[in-house]
Amino acid sequence: MKRFQSFSLLAVMLLFASSGFAQAPAGGLTPAQMNAKAKAQNVPEIPFDSVPNFLKLPPNLFLGEGIGVATNSKGHIFVYTRSQNTRLFEFDQKGTYLKEIGEGLYGFAFAHAVRVDPQDNIWAVDEGTNMVIKFNPEGNKVLMVLGRRPESVAGIPLTPAPAAPVPPAEKYRFNRPTDVAWDAAGDIFVSDGYGNSRVVKYDKNGRFITSVGTKGAAPGQLNLPHSITADAKGNVYVADRSNRRIQVFDNDLTYKAIYDQVGAPWALCVTPGSHQYLYSSNSNPDNNNSEIAAVTGEIYKMELDGTIVGKFGKAGKGLGDFSTVHEIDCRNDNELTVSEITAWRVQKLMLHPQGKK
Amino acid sequence: MRRISQSLLSTTGLLFTSALMAQTAVPEIAYDSAPNLLKLPEHIYLGEVPGVATNSKGNIFVYTRTGTANATEGTSRTFTHGGARLFEFAPNGNFVREMGVGVYGFLFAHGVRVDPQDNIWVIDEGSNMLIKFNPEGRIVMTMGRKPEAISVGREGGGEGGGRGPAGRPGAGAPGDNFNRPTDVAWDAAGNIFVADGYGNSRIAKFDKNGNYIKSWGSRGTEPGQFNTPHSIATDTQGNVYVADRENKRIQVFDNNGTFKTQYSNVGRPGAICISPGSHQYLFSSNSTGEMEVAEIYKMELDGRILGKFGRAGKLLKEFDTLHGIDCRNPNELFVAETSNWRVQKLTLHP
Repeated sequence: MKRFQSFSLLAVMLLFASSGFAQAPAGGLTPAQMNAKAKAQNVPEIPFDSVPNFLKLPPNLFLGEGIGVATNSKGHIFVYTRSQNTRLFEFDQKGTYLKEIGEGLYGFAFAHAVRVDPQDNIWAVDEGTNMVIKFNPEGNKVLMVLGRRPESVAGIPLTPAPAAPVPPAEKYRFNRPTDVAWDAAGDIFVSDGYGNSRVVKYDKNGRFITSVGTKGAAPGQLNLPHSITADAKGNVYVADRSNRRIQVFDNDLTYKAIYDQVGAPWALCVTPGSHQYLYSSNSNPDNNNSEIAAVTGEIYKMELDGTIVGKFGKAGKGLGDFSTVHEIDCRNDNELTVSEITAWRVQKLMLHPQGKK
Repeated sequence: MRRISQSLLSTTGLLFTSALMAQTAVPEIAYDSAPNLLKLPEHIYLGEVPGVATNSKGNIFVYTRTGTANATEGTSRTFTHGGARLFEFAPNGNFVREMGVGVYGFLFAHGVRVDPQDNIWVIDEGSNMLIKFNPEGRIVMTMGRKPEAISVGREGGGEGGGRGPAGRPGAGAPGDNFNRPTDVAWDAAGNIFVADGYGNSRIAKFDKNGNYIKSWGSRGTEPGQFNTPHSIATDTQGNVYVADRENKRIQVFDNNGTFKTQYSNVGRPGAICISPGSHQYLFSSNSTGEMEVAEIYKMELDGRILGKFGRAGKLLKEFDTLHGIDCRNPNELFVAETSNWRVQKLTLHP
């Protein structure tokens, strides 16, 4: 009952806010807020809970920025975190700490994403070393690496001027890569990234096939491809974050469609199974600006064709609030695991799409 | 009569140097410092100690600048790590534990405070963060965000020097986007007040869950403006006291940030503390560094000076750049010194 009430209250508030916005832009939202708010309106709310005290860490082990989270087929949880050093931890399905993976690894400097492929291999994407690292399911062996860490003998790189041109992209080098995905054949798709504005496709053995994207706002161009995922047919969904849209490409990276109703997509996930859904987070910005946080932070559930099914969540620091969601695991449609940047944590969310607990 | 002559003297004293005034007008409070207070294990050393705080059991928390902040080579950008550690000691000074080993936001210590529920709050000026530990030592809330990378070879551009975003100091955007924050305090409702700080020259108020409420202040010398709000404390009425260090005054605001009054006769306040209990006192440290002036004033909340104690130096009972005060017991202070790399426990005999 309580949930129903708050749901209808929210719906009324949304109606009120949107009508107020249409008639008098000054009434309620600032220009910055209007720019940041997702276009989608009257989206149904999906009730959900967050599991309290989910991850249990040993004494003197701490998560830093919760950058990446993924589960394997056993439900084990992998967390790739910006701690004082970037570290990768494994927990069991109940959140009990199991072990650290890749301690002292040459490719770990600044975490960006972790994903688990259909064979349970663990993939870490590191934005600092410009590398994508594939571990075996046990996490005790590196099976393959993509990209190359800049040589430390070159010294500390000077910070480029804000408008400095980006060096041309190379087949096997990344510039602050962000995420990785696979199709059914095992082909590898890397979103690359903050520096290069492209998506690169490799075969399952790491051999370059093709790439798409230059920096820009036209269809097929990208401005910060921040997350990537693929569906069962091999279509590729790219979170084109700074363009505030999701772009869909076919398996050869030919442009197909744009979904631009769901704000700035920070994290994407496509569920497995016969009916696949696409989750996208319109995360509140990581600069801790409360003005923008007031109109962002929610996660959308969509059909693969872009139809919005519902949304849930808001920005905040409490349990069930989101502090800049950075990665979503959706192995189970209604049991998401999300990592957050600014709250240094991972939450397990139980969705109740039928309204039942 | 004594009060009148004192305030007269204070008024006159403003025309002269504060040092002269301090020497002529204020009674001295007798005190001792406990020798060999903190017992450190082998291979653990304190560095500069900007902050010290006690909890309700009398345990002592020390947030110190020690080791070295490291920069990572061979990456697309330059990242910094380490440089600050948090230690807990028993009331007798015995070492209990290190807290927050390897925590992402430990970069350049600025302060530590313990709230009424015994949560331990660390203020880090390098990572622009406040980190709240529960009494068990787990992180339960963070505020602010560490700059992802530091700027190398550039000024004004990039992402800041590891000590906050680059650019002009200002009042900051709404939210917990701190720029070299310095201190934290709470009112009885649990609202959070952050002194923010070297960069933003503002006080930011949040509810107990960390939701932003408002902020006030900008860089300047007018009432309600700040030039390095360096330390902050609240009284039981919820009034907010800000050590406006480079303006050489303590400013008092009500709970909503409305300016009430200022005390400008206690030198350069680097650290302030308000004692709990029915009769609250305000302690303020006037410490210039360079072995010149180092003294602590004891005041009534209305600004009347009751006495002072201390002098600059490196010996026991002396202070060199006193940076943090804990006054849970108004006659038993814990003080942290940056230049002397130590914590002293002072017993006052007023």
